[in-house]
Amino acid sequence: MRITQGTFSFLPDLTDEQIASQIEYCLRNGWAVSVEYTDDPHPRNTYWEMFGMPMFDIRDAAGIMTEVSACRKTFPNHYIKVNALDSTRGRESLRLSFIVGRPAAEPGFSLVRQEGPGRSVRYTTRAYATERPEGERY
Amino acid sequence: MNAKSHPISSSRDESNAAPAGDDPLDIEAAFRDSHVGGVLESLDRELVGLAPVKSRIRDIAALLLIDKLRRAVGLSSGPPALHMSFTGNPGTGKTTVAMRMAEILHRLGYVRKGHLVAVTRDDLVGQYIGHTAPKTREVLKRAMGGVLFIDEAYYLYRPENERDYGQEAIEMLLQVMENQRDDLVVILAGYKERMETFFRSNPGMSSRIAHHIDFPDYTPEELLAIAGLMLQQMQYRLSAPADQALREYIERRRAQPHFANARSIRNALDRARLRQASRLFERKGGSISRQDLETIDELDIRASRVFGERLAT
Repeated sequence: MRITQGTFSFLPDLTDEQIASQIEYCLRNGWAVSVEYTDDPHPRNTYWEMFGMPMFDIRDAAGIMTEVSACRKTFPNHYIKVNALDSTRGRESLRLSFIVGRPAAEPGFSLVRQEGPGRSVRYTTRAYATERPEGERY
Repeated sequence: MNAKSHPISSSRDESNAAPAGDDPLDIEAAFRDSHVGGVLESLDRELVGLAPVKSRIRDIAALLLIDKLRRAVGLSSGPPALHMSFTGNPGTGKTTVAMRMAEILHRLGYVRKGHLVAVTRDDLVGQYIGHTAPKTREVLKRAMGGVLFIDEAYYLYRPENERDYGQEAIEMLLQVMENQRDDLVVILAGYKERMETFFRSNPGMSSRIAHHIDFPDYTPEELLAIAGLMLQQMQYRLSAPADQALREYIERRRAQPHFANARSIRNALDRARLRQASRLFERKGGSISRQDLETIDELDIRASRVFGERLAT
């Protein structure tokens, strides 16, 4: 199951050229771009691991693309995303965040039912991948 | 220009990429659009002397412009390697030209952003194992889309210490210079002899640099012209005897050790300004006119150490 989240979740995966021009757009707006990775694809997992510091003083997308490809090389079977932080006063939050790398095989989620009081049922999802410990999932 | 552009248009016809016969207009329009004329003109106006440097910059500008036109009509145009090395004595304008180079390359569309990142050994080489690579990568990332200017590049290589981390930085530089040629331009600068030693011990570096540009020393007339430009920028004037004094000062200072061309002139003028200020300050009571404030007098220059020493010996 192909996992989607973030800004371009409705689109097919972006090519490197498209990624570079999105980053270019972020830099033009003065946003700080950072790269993050994870192997826990649950949609409510907001805290991914940082791949290096957010890059505050980069002028050109090529600089960040080297970091993206370094992250892909280090974690070929993880989810990787690019974030753009707008530090304008009053905003101070992510403006854009999209997935730029994913594992080759994505097993998807199982549906878990929990028996509640009075025969009520609570539903939740659980990624098949997270049955194994961190670092061995994909 | 017409005669020159003819063979191009005939060879282009067979590739039928664009209508023929508009070549003279093309190159003029491209020249105008790139604003490179303005850059070259201000280079001529604001930088004194440096004939070999200017002619090489003109060549590079011409090559990039023609390449752009070739690309427009569908001829092959590999991006030329533009890494450079600037060698010359202190104060011959290497950093100033590097700054201009970033602007020129940006106007010609060779680098995308046109900013200059100036670094020295300290910014590239770390202090312990594993420190160098992230530091160098950080600098390279920052320079992407612009020009990376490495001042006194020979300090990167320290042959006397075989465990020096500089070699690691050189290897990373080489890799980026080769593989990401269209992302950044590297300019190495330094004194001539030491750069030559550096290139001899790093032949890989030497062969990846297409343009070795040597900055000649300035002649006394050029130094005087530089002094004129500096004074103009600082909004000062020399009185006529002061002008003659400056002439003599340059003659004498050139003969002394540690002469750093334009930098020495700048320092001399700065000291003359100090003396002028304290001269005016001493003159309490009287009123000071605008002319007093902007004029540097003969005494302000003659009081220099350079004149004193000559008289003593």
